[in-house]
Amino acid sequence: MKILNSWLNDFGAFGTNVEKLAEALTSLGLAVESVTTVGTPVKGVVVAKVLRTERHPDAEKVHRVYVDAGDGKELHVWCGAFNMKSGDLIPLATLGTTMPDGRIITARGILGIESHGMLCSGTELGLTADADGILILPSNLKLGTDVFAALGIKQDSVFDLDVTRNRPDCNGYLGVARDLGARLGIKVVAPSGDKAKKGVSRSMKVTIVDKSRCARYNMTLMSGVVVGDSPSWIAQRLANCGMRPINNVVDASNLVMLELNQPTHAFDAEKVNNGFKIRCARPGETLLTLDGQVRDLESSDLLICDGKDNAIGLAGVMGGASTEISEQTKTVALETAWFESSGVAKTATRLGLKSEASMRFERGVDPYGVDHAVSRFAVLLRESCPDLVVHGGAADAKEKSLPPKQKVVSLRVGQVNRILGVKLSAKAISVMLAKIGFATKATSAAKSATLKIAVPSWRPDCETEIDIVEEVARHYGYENLGKIVPQSTMHGRLSPLQQRRRDIREVVLSMGLSEAMPNPFLAPGDLVKAGLSEDNAIRLSNPLVYEESVLRTSLRPGLLKAISFNISHRASKISLFELGHVYPSGSADSAEGLPDEFESLCLVAVGETSSLALDWWSQISSVMGFGAQLDQASVEPGYHPKRSAILRRGKQVLGCVGEIDPRVLAQHQINTSVACLELNLSVLLAETPRIATAKSVSRFPRSDFDLAFTVPNSQSAGAVMKALRQAGGSELVDLELFDVYRGAGLPNDSRSLTFRLCLQASDRTLTDAEVTAIRQKCLNAAAKLGALLRN
Amino acid sequence: MSEQNLVGSMTAAINEAKESAMLAIRSTADLAGLRALSADLNKKDSPLNSFKSEMGKLPSVEDKRSIGQLLNAAATEIAAALESRTREFADSEISARIESESLDLTELLVQRRRGHSHIVTQATQRLEDVFIGLGFQIAEGPEVETDFHNFEALNMPKSHPARSEFDTMFLEYGEPNSVLLRTHTSPVQIRVMKSWKPPIYAIMPGRVFRRDTPDATHMPVFHQIEGLVIDRGITFAHLAGTIEAFTKAFFGSEFTSRLRPSFFPFTEPSAEFDIRRADGEWIELGGCGMVHPNVLISGGIDPEEFSGFAFGFGIDRMAKERHKVEDIREMYTNDLRFLRQF
Repeated sequence: MKILNSWLNDFGAFGTNVEKLAEALTSLGLAVESVTTVGTPVKGVVVAKVLRTERHPDAEKVHRVYVDAGDGKELHVWCGAFNMKSGDLIPLATLGTTMPDGRIITARGILGIESHGMLCSGTELGLTADADGILILPSNLKLGTDVFAALGIKQDSVFDLDVTRNRPDCNGYLGVARDLGARLGIKVVAPSGDKAKKGVSRSMKVTIVDKSRCARYNMTLMSGVVVGDSPSWIAQRLANCGMRPINNVVDASNLVMLELNQPTHAFDAEKVNNGFKIRCARPGETLLTLDGQVRDLESSDLLICDGKDNAIGLAGVMGGASTEISEQTKTVALETAWFESSGVAKTATRLGLKSEASMRFERGVDPYGVDHAVSRFAVLLRESCPDLVVHGGAADAKEKSLPPKQKVVSLRVGQVNRILGVKLSAKAISVMLAKIGFATKATSAAKSATLKIAVPSWRPDCETEIDIVEEVARHYGYENLGKIVPQSTMHGRLSPLQQRRRDIREVVLSMGLSEAMPNPFLAPGDLVKAGLSEDNAIRLSNPLVYEESVLRTSLRPGLLKAISFNISHRASKISLFELGHVYPSGSADSAEGLPDEFESLCLVAVGETSSLALDWWSQISSVMGFGAQLDQASVEPGYHPKRSAILRRGKQVLGCVGEIDPRVLAQHQINTSVACLELNLSVLLAETPRIATAKSVSRFPRSDFDLAFTVPNSQSAGAVMKALRQAGGSELVDLELFDVYRGAGLPNDSRSLTFRLCLQASDRTLTDAEVTAIRQKCLNAAAKLGALLRN
Repeated sequence: MSEQNLVGSMTAAINEAKESAMLAIRSTADLAGLRALSADLNKKDSPLNSFKSEMGKLPSVEDKRSIGQLLNAAATEIAAALESRTREFADSEISARIESESLDLTELLVQRRRGHSHIVTQATQRLEDVFIGLGFQIAEGPEVETDFHNFEALNMPKSHPARSEFDTMFLEYGEPNSVLLRTHTSPVQIRVMKSWKPPIYAIMPGRVFRRDTPDATHMPVFHQIEGLVIDRGITFAHLAGTIEAFTKAFFGSEFTSRLRPSFFPFTEPSAEFDIRRADGEWIELGGCGMVHPNVLISGGIDPEEFSGFAFGFGIDRMAKERHKVEDIREMYTNDLRFLRQF
């Protein structure tokens, strides 16, 4: 909402201290996004008349305009805008004029033809926010006079307010002035209504069919209308508030809307057939709207129809072309209505037709502001139509769905003080609220008093006690409510899981991997490209783009894309990790009907093999105390079938370690191996690490010996190790695979595995016989797996 | 030979033997030679040791004693010389070994670099640490949420107009438009209220989603942090005090904060909070307010017994501004050249 400083002063003596006003507005919750100065005179710009225009065969984008600047001489100007015709008055920046942007007007032209000045748009003169072409001036100005003086323009400031959804009243000057007046102690007066005597009764019949959608419909006829330009002060105000002046009727309607937050719509009464009917559209119905577009309607769209049931307007959104005000209009049928907000919102959104009117109906207008709006419209139109007659007997249909004139809300003084941390009395609260039109109906001096607050009809947002508490807070001033740091009654800390998450990050970072944050949205096919199934992936109903329409079920596709990206940028030593959520679809009977979302950690390194991935796993598992077995029997899709293992604990899968499937790599144009480790952190971090119980250190000597076996490739080292550990029993205190050898002296399908065993008892020195017995047990166990002792 | 002569000749012989042993020690070239010499000198029939058997020939006790003393002194002198010479050899041997073991460590230094934490993670952790210091714990929730937690429980029933401002991304899952990607971290408030019970001093960082076309300052996937305090006797002043304490702790003691009225469906009174730099410029940071009674009720908390406040703001912007990143999209390219700077 744009608030013009001078206009605001029509509502109260607010003055021109722009900074102070901006600060007060912001502190009331009417955030001032910007303050701009408009109407700073530009010396040298005069009123000129267009004599004729002419094209030049060699100039496509400009034409030649001949103007008279008051001295009867014909001046020639090149101009890039084509919106003027002979006889129009336009602003001419004469030679030597310094424009607001610093340009100095010179005679330099094009094609060797000089230009004796420049025709100006409203924007170039700082008069309007936006401009289509050259500013066309009112026809009654004297040629050759200073444009700013002729228009009576004085320097002014425009506050651009960010009006929040809960303050519909502040989409009008009156609402803003009311709040500001209450804050600054300035008396606010509503703009005056029409004092002229009503003309003879004349009315048009109004029938509301869809009563839940339209609760009030006032139709006032005004005759004696002469359509033309608005007085310059009206045009100027609209322009400064970012609205284009159109004609005196439309401009008066717009001005009333800005003043009172009440949209109105003016029909040419003679073009409306036999009254008004307000009903929802029928399937297949269409309407040609004011902007010249044919709109396909749906049954949720509320229409204004004539007495013959033909659509002539989209209620609250835009009028129809057939009843538009024209230069021939003599009688105006002024609609001032209250439409149900969500219906207007739905139509405006569906048709992409967000107008100033629809925005206001969506947020909420005062259902009891109708009469004042009609009266105010008459005052404004009368400025340019002295013979205007406002006819008596206007139709004013009201339905039961009309909100009440006043809502009464109970407000406990104690609740105000409890929430705001203040000690306000009932009286202080009443006084504060009265300033913004909230009347206190019943009061008492008691501290536990409950006030009955009558909420005015222009504040549909205030419905419950807490809404009124907020009003008290706003007008008491947020800055006066104090700042107290609460004494937390909790112990501030990371949960064990969160601490462990930070720990695991530390380990990963210390191993040299950098953290990536790939997009969690994938393109259809990305999962398949990574060797994964798309069956358990969830799709977005309304993705931004097709390429981001699938939710990831694994971190791998995103990291593979990141690898490809970095390879294409010739990065070396690419090692990345991500710690984030994945969202596979869950079993339909999950508690809240949500997917099986979980937190995952994935590490990748380009040009590395599974041995690095295992090294990562061993470091992470030793620091974090994770335990899992390597299971190479089943393969996780997307991993190298022969160089990866599932990390498993019983039936539970905790992750996967190894290399990416070369076929997947080929799909991503990666021509070297990629080491990968993936862990389900939702499971692993949730586990509480085991607290170790102290055992006395053995005081007895240990005996170490090595066993070298020839083991077929089909038998895993892990299995041999497990067998040795079981056979060794409690005396086997340490077991390590310290050498693997393939080559000469061994069968082709076998390799040699050398283990170091360390035996020790906690209560005695092991005898040679005992050591020999354990050694033999180990050999037997290994032999069962086909591991034969080498000589 | 007279007795006197016998003593005299033995003394001379002993001294001569000693001198020859000392000479041999001095002239030995290495540790091995010294060890051999030492063995020779300690033999029973070595020149000095042989005098011990000859001492019996001496008639008088006094003579025996003086020769005995002489022999002992010679033996001690030789032993000391042997030891000192041994130490000399050992020292030079270890010195030679040390010399031969010389290494160029700069040649061996492997540049093993630590990886780089994403700047959004760094910002999140710094924020968490500040709030931990203020007595907060950290709560988390799912990123895929129900309509109930994301909207309805937060005082935004199905038809609420404010819903349209959230640009929600819905999922093809369950009933149409019932499961969505959370548009803010606020649904975690409801989960915390239900599972923790007051007193609650919690922050909730996390990833959120809006159907926004990416540009230099917006991403459809970004991060927020949310705070929630619910206790007996919590007032608006506590909200302002917490924002102020956070501002000073996180940005520096030269910063101050202010609250100004605003609107959010889930808080009332609602406020925007701004921080002011030392140079006087105000920067908009986030939204906050007293938890709306309807939200407390959704979380199973009696609004007549407890009151509370909530606040929230974006994390990405914190990271962006701290590191002067021009375009927020750069933070999500996963380009190692970008990641390795921080």
